[in-house]
Amino acid sequence: MILAVVLLLLAAGVLAWASERFVGANAPRVVSVLAFAVGLAWAISEWLGGPAATGLYAAQHIEWIPRFGISVALSMDGLSLLMVALTMFLGIIAVVSSWDEIETGHGFFQFNILWVMAGVVGVFTAMDLFLFFFFWEVMLIPMYFLIAIWGHENKGYASMKFFLFTQISGLLMLLAILALVFVHFRSSGEITFSYEKLLGADVDPAIAMWLMLGFFAAFATKLPSVPVHTWLPDAHTQAPTAGSVILAGILLKTGAYGLIRIAVPLFPQASMDFSFWAMLLGVVSILYGGFMAFSQSDFKRLVAYSSIAHMGFILIGVYAFNEVGLQGAIVTMVAHGFSTAALFMMAGALQHRLHTREMSRMGGLWVHAPRMGVMTLFFVVASVGMPGLGNFVGEFLALLGAFGKNVPLAVAATVGIVVAAVYGLYLMQRSFQGTPNPDVAAMPDFGARDMSVMILMAGALVWVGVYPQPVLELAGATIATLGVLP
Amino acid sequence: MTAAGISALLPLLVLSGGIVVLLMVVAWLRSGAVAFVGALVVLGATIVVTPLALGTGTQDIDGLLEIDGYALFFHGLFAFAAVATAVLSYRYLKPRAAHAQEFYILLLVATLGAAVTAATDHFAGFLLGIEVLSISLYAMIAYPQEGRGPLEAAAKYLVLSGAGTSTMLFGMALIYLVTGTLEFAPAGELSRNEQLLLAVGQAMLLIGVFFKLSLVPFHMWTPDVYQGAPAPVTGFVATVSKAAVFAVLMRYALAVGVVDAEVLRNVIVVVAVLSMVAGNLLALLQVNIKRLLAYSSIAHMGYLLIAVVVAATPQVRSFGVETALVYLAGYVLMTLAAFGVVTVLSDADEDAEDLTAYDGLFWRRPVLAAVLAAAALSLAGIPLTVGFIAKFYLVAAGVDGAAWILVWALIVGSAIGIYYYLRIVFAMTKRPEAGTQAPPVAWEGVISVVVLGASIVVLGVFPAPVIDFVRALGGP
Repeated sequence: MILAVVLLLLAAGVLAWASERFVGANAPRVVSVLAFAVGLAWAISEWLGGPAATGLYAAQHIEWIPRFGISVALSMDGLSLLMVALTMFLGIIAVVSSWDEIETGHGFFQFNILWVMAGVVGVFTAMDLFLFFFFWEVMLIPMYFLIAIWGHENKGYASMKFFLFTQISGLLMLLAILALVFVHFRSSGEITFSYEKLLGADVDPAIAMWLMLGFFAAFATKLPSVPVHTWLPDAHTQAPTAGSVILAGILLKTGAYGLIRIAVPLFPQASMDFSFWAMLLGVVSILYGGFMAFSQSDFKRLVAYSSIAHMGFILIGVYAFNEVGLQGAIVTMVAHGFSTAALFMMAGALQHRLHTREMSRMGGLWVHAPRMGVMTLFFVVASVGMPGLGNFVGEFLALLGAFGKNVPLAVAATVGIVVAAVYGLYLMQRSFQGTPNPDVAAMPDFGARDMSVMILMAGALVWVGVYPQPVLELAGATIATLGVLP
Repeated sequence: MTAAGISALLPLLVLSGGIVVLLMVVAWLRSGAVAFVGALVVLGATIVVTPLALGTGTQDIDGLLEIDGYALFFHGLFAFAAVATAVLSYRYLKPRAAHAQEFYILLLVATLGAAVTAATDHFAGFLLGIEVLSISLYAMIAYPQEGRGPLEAAAKYLVLSGAGTSTMLFGMALIYLVTGTLEFAPAGELSRNEQLLLAVGQAMLLIGVFFKLSLVPFHMWTPDVYQGAPAPVTGFVATVSKAAVFAVLMRYALAVGVVDAEVLRNVIVVVAVLSMVAGNLLALLQVNIKRLLAYSSIAHMGYLLIAVVVAATPQVRSFGVETALVYLAGYVLMTLAAFGVVTVLSDADEDAEDLTAYDGLFWRRPVLAAVLAAAALSLAGIPLTVGFIAKFYLVAAGVDGAAWILVWALIVGSAIGIYYYLRIVFAMTKRPEAGTQAPPVAWEGVISVVVLGASIVVLGVFPAPVIDFVRALGGP
């Protein structure tokens, strides 16, 4: 079934492209929303149906390249299910949020969105390292096109930077994968890329550290963590709204997912030895991202830097090596997906209306658009970590986990929450409050479509914030099977 | 010669017989169309008989030729590439050459030369094949009547390729002096002096081969020749002539154990690393797509040397050969597709070689743009394309053979490479200025590049049949 869903998204992409010519400019958007809706319905039905005795909601195994023991092995456990559902949900949101933004090439635009998401679903479910890498790269090209074609003034630079960073770190991962496969081949005589089989590979500790770093480089770049974060502010700022929503909501999460699913379980000891440095990088990301966010004058760039800070919490949560920390990382992945995606949509809506992202050219917008003001306030507050909303749960748990592992680092990370409050409120103050900017005479407010999307996202955040138990259970089931906790 | 020997020779016999028949036909019927169709028939027949020849097993033909699965793989590949070249050339040559009959015959002769080169384990066959190939290529490059580009390129190619051949020939003479045989065979017990002489001979042979493969630092001629030659011929030079020389290099290195000698191994490693790095770095600076692809082919030949180095290790030998074959198959497809698009877009006056000619191609000619994008991404080694499978093979072979320096150079080279391949793709995504009309293009050219583009993607997603086929062939 999982492969069918991936193929559905790929086929819908082709259909959307073709439908523009044969049906009309609206058809691609409709095809896209329908495809994501089917995917979301499937994910929810699998969830409600409960896992099989193996703990998996769905699984598939088809031989692909027997020469190298490569197969199309896909399976979906709690964590995968959570991420797939988030992917489908944000897919709908991304399409709806950019309904009016794109003026040319609707068909190819939706094609790219659907193909990115197909790659993402593959990454979240692949149980074969070759397949994982394959999907990892499949996400890349369509995202490149989204930025390069429909981006803003400096799109060429931003898209190239995005591609180079991801591709080079990806090559390091490929090298690590192959080295792992051949190490396993030498000791077992079996050449295979199967994740389950490679979990049991007997790797010399010194080599394991290098291989782990290869994976870590790829995932930390995607996450992103300082010092390989520099592609993100550019890519986000230049991307069209739907691109930013997908990038922040989903693509960054593949980095986090990779750490949780691949890097740590494959090399538990090496990861444990490396955990101090990883947590340190996380803390630096939190503080650096926060300070950089505060010093931005561009609405979108500010949100982009805040993303780097939030991703730092995931890093410290994962490398805390305890259940609470991992739970926190996973909840943050979900909550950040909603809150940051919403803020990027807001940035896109403002740019569409004012033709600028500069906050100095905003101010007092609440007067013109109270509904946009309310929603911005809500998501800023969520992003800042207000109790009762999803981000709080995630960051709190991540910090709690980190506290059990390394107290000074946890304390330093907590400072990040204060910094977040500063830049969050600063963002609100500069754009929607303060003296109304005389240059902005009037600005249309959100209509029913935008509001319903925003309310959906807000509802999801409240749900994760007030009743995180379903998410924790899904995540917990996976954490128990990863076998990384001491 | 046995009956099995004859059936093993079928592809070469069909090809050479076809050339003779076609020569006589065009003597009576001076028509480019007849020569074109005739060439396609001959090449088609060659492709058809190649699987028949496969059934006979390895056949040694009088010591001069060695027809094995490895050789037949190249026979099929070259005939396929020649078909693509012929189809692309037809409409391209019309405004450039009044009578184009000889062109197709030259193409067949060049293919024959390449096929012989790939099927020999003897210096005489080696020289024969490579010269038949090169001499036809000089004429093919200089074929268009107008413009000084082709003539200049042909002269340059003639001089430098000739220099390469004479270096090689001197090397062969020295090797013969020591070993006393023209066959590819390891030398027996040698004195200190003889060893030195042999090493010098082999080094000269290698230099000649490096010239032909345009590896750094013997690459200077490549961008000029690629730029000046007619676009479809450039595609042929970049694929068939390179693959043929590579095939014989691999055969020689494995038979004689060149790579076992520490010094020569280091030479090959240095040349490979230099080619990967310099080829990619210089490609960054190009604004002409033919020159860009020339530098990229230098880098790709550097990548391929990994297979030669790795295959020297006994337990990785068959994997190294397999890697080379898979890589070359992919390389031929994607390079032909790239030059094919250049050919199709070229108008009667000049080739579409300026990168600016590709601005906004996605909106003007989505199909051609998609093919060129597939080719560029494949050359960059991005998944969903055969180039990824090929690069995956190389990294795997490098890791398996513990050739770490080469693997790292490959990673660095690919990383640089992505930048200029993406520049092509990015140029195509630009918004065209309003009112730009797309001129008509040759439909048969479009079909052939679409077939090439589709095979790049299909083999990138379902590589298993090709891999199984190549594995079944066995090594040289």
